[in-house]
Amino acid sequence: MAPGAATPASPRPARQRNRTLWFWIFVGPFAAGLILFTYVPLAWSVYLSFFDAHNTVSPTDFVGLDNYTAMLGDPSFRAALLTFAVFTAFIVPATYALSLGLALAVNRLRFAQAFFRSVFFLPTACSYVVAALVWKLSIFNGVRFGLANTVLGWFGADQIAWLSTTDPPWYWLVIVTVRLWLQAGFYMVLFLAGLQRVPPQLYEAAAVDGARPGWQTFRYITFPALRATSVAVVLLLVIGAFQAFDEFYNLLSDARGYPPYARPPLVYLYYTALGQGQNLGLGSAGAVILALIIAVVTVAQARWFGLGGKDEKAV
Amino acid sequence: MPISRRRLLTTGGGLALAGGLAAACGSNTGREDSGSRSQLSQWYHQYGEAGTEPAVRRYAKAYKNADVRVQWRPGNYDQQTAAALLTDSGPDVFEVNGPTLDQIRGGQIVDLTDLVQGVKDDFHPAALAPKTHDGRIWAVPQVIDTQVLYYRRSLLDKAGVKPPRTLDELVDAAKKLTDARTKGLFLGNDGGAGVLGGTPLHAAGLSLVTADGKVGFDDPAAARTLGKIRRLYADKSLLLGAPADWSDPSALVQGLTAMQWSGLWALPQIKKALGDDFGVLPFPSDGPSGRPAVPVGAYGSAVSARSRRKAAAKAYVKWLWVERTDFQQDFALSYGFHIPARVSLAKKADRLRSGAAADIVRFTVDHGYAQPLLWTVASQTAYQDALSRIIKDGADPDRELKAAVRTTGAELRRVKKTS
Repeated sequence: MAPGAATPASPRPARQRNRTLWFWIFVGPFAAGLILFTYVPLAWSVYLSFFDAHNTVSPTDFVGLDNYTAMLGDPSFRAALLTFAVFTAFIVPATYALSLGLALAVNRLRFAQAFFRSVFFLPTACSYVVAALVWKLSIFNGVRFGLANTVLGWFGADQIAWLSTTDPPWYWLVIVTVRLWLQAGFYMVLFLAGLQRVPPQLYEAAAVDGARPGWQTFRYITFPALRATSVAVVLLLVIGAFQAFDEFYNLLSDARGYPPYARPPLVYLYYTALGQGQNLGLGSAGAVILALIIAVVTVAQARWFGLGGKDEKAV
Repeated sequence: MPISRRRLLTTGGGLALAGGLAAACGSNTGREDSGSRSQLSQWYHQYGEAGTEPAVRRYAKAYKNADVRVQWRPGNYDQQTAAALLTDSGPDVFEVNGPTLDQIRGGQIVDLTDLVQGVKDDFHPAALAPKTHDGRIWAVPQVIDTQVLYYRRSLLDKAGVKPPRTLDELVDAAKKLTDARTKGLFLGNDGGAGVLGGTPLHAAGLSLVTADGKVGFDDPAAARTLGKIRRLYADKSLLLGAPADWSDPSALVQGLTAMQWSGLWALPQIKKALGDDFGVLPFPSDGPSGRPAVPVGAYGSAVSARSRRKAAAKAYVKWLWVERTDFQQDFALSYGFHIPARVSLAKKADRLRSGAAADIVRFTVDHGYAQPLLWTVASQTAYQDALSRIIKDGADPDRELKAAVRTTGAELRRVKKTS
């Protein structure tokens, strides 16, 4: 082979080989971890869902769709799905409104802005478990020396067993407030970033055109300008609601189990599959059903927001 | 002297080989004094009583035939062990609050029948029954724990209330004992749904599962009795939302309640705080076929079927929980307060011979019942959910119990089908 012919071709494959090598050196361990710890368990879970798998992950008794029909026919699982729907329907708009309100308030501050940002953001650093226990044991315990009951006592009101009564369902107040406290600060920061990206010229032009500051400016300038941020916030909030487990579990469970109310699907599946129940086939069927519901809701939500469509670039 | 590359590699290789051989011979395992003994891992759930953990470590250290490493595990112990039994990294020997029928039938634990030969009759029958399936014994009972109704004598005297002997009297007493500062009765923050379990059914002369393996509460008397627990809630006689739950006597000691359902283990703490100002009762009977009821539970010692050292693990269980009666007595009574699982040891224990402790031992013998093995987790969840809805939501007891009967019946058919 003539040297002149080989020279231009040879460095390119060598560089290509190096690139491939480096790609796998950096990506390989993570890809292997993803496959080993995410995709294999997922596939195994789908496999288990077609077997009678009591106290075993290597079952032999194929039961077809029995686990799926049992799970869908189980009123406790259906109640858990309803609990989840109620929680999502409340927590998503509530957190959205609170975090946007906080962002608008903090953004208008002329002094101590950094201090207030930090104050509202700090709860994000607290774990859900710790916050839930503080809520349960200190603020919303049901005896006379709990913080909430002490305040009620000043006004002559009766003590309330916040987490133990179902009529009225005060436990929702406890569950929702702990999550609002924990996550509103994080979304406030996202909205603050969005607010700072709104060009001041828009407000100046609106002022010249006679728009009044306040509601009118917010309605016609700020809110539409925050559309991209709003879409991201709502998506993150819905995903976070799907994953609700820690605060429910720590607020309402005890050594003997979990009451039938306010039991989200993850808590129910935890008890079915990973608790003493160890019915891994039934639990896996429930997990597959839940994953399908989440997928359908996410796709529907994405289409509703126009994500992935031709309008996305305009967002 | 200059060292050549060949010499350096030879020396280094020799050192590495020597180190490898030393490690292979067991001289560098990172564990003390292991020698050629088996290495066993033993799990305990976290006991609340101070001194229990050092005690069990002392027992393990005293065993000469194996190097026993104790793991003291806080948190949801039953769920931890259930998950660990699916893997090879679980314990060799472990405490079990059961075992469950599915654990036995799933081949997750080892048959220990031969360990108790000769002393089987010395174990309290109520402690041994839930560990026996098809005539085989699957865990060696360690201690007996039971639950009773504690009451403050002074508060009852002040309200002119006598210690309740029937469920109706309990409902009335709880109402009379309730005022702005103190509630009449504490059955746990969930109103009793979790802790009471089958106790009201036994008080009505029924059971969770009958001796011949049928649903034991498919009876109108069950709905009537559970309806009375609802009355306690509806009367606002129950303490709810206490910082510490039923297993901790704080609510009674702090004066938040006049009566509390709690465990035998709470007795020393209550005695220390209240002196003689308290008494104990079994759960009161209900109806013409009723009888007082006292639930009995027993943590037992089991061996994992996935253990690679099953023979050594069984030998250790036999040594500790069958032969070393001195350690068993110490474990039951020196730290917390439990009844030794061996009848002969319970009879010898001075601390169980007088006062409330003697009453509780008598209740356990006369009225003790254990949760049957056929009572599966699915049945328990369905029943507890029904009980919670009856108590808190005022749901129709008859309808709720019918649903629980259906689930329990299906579970019983499932476990019988493959047994």
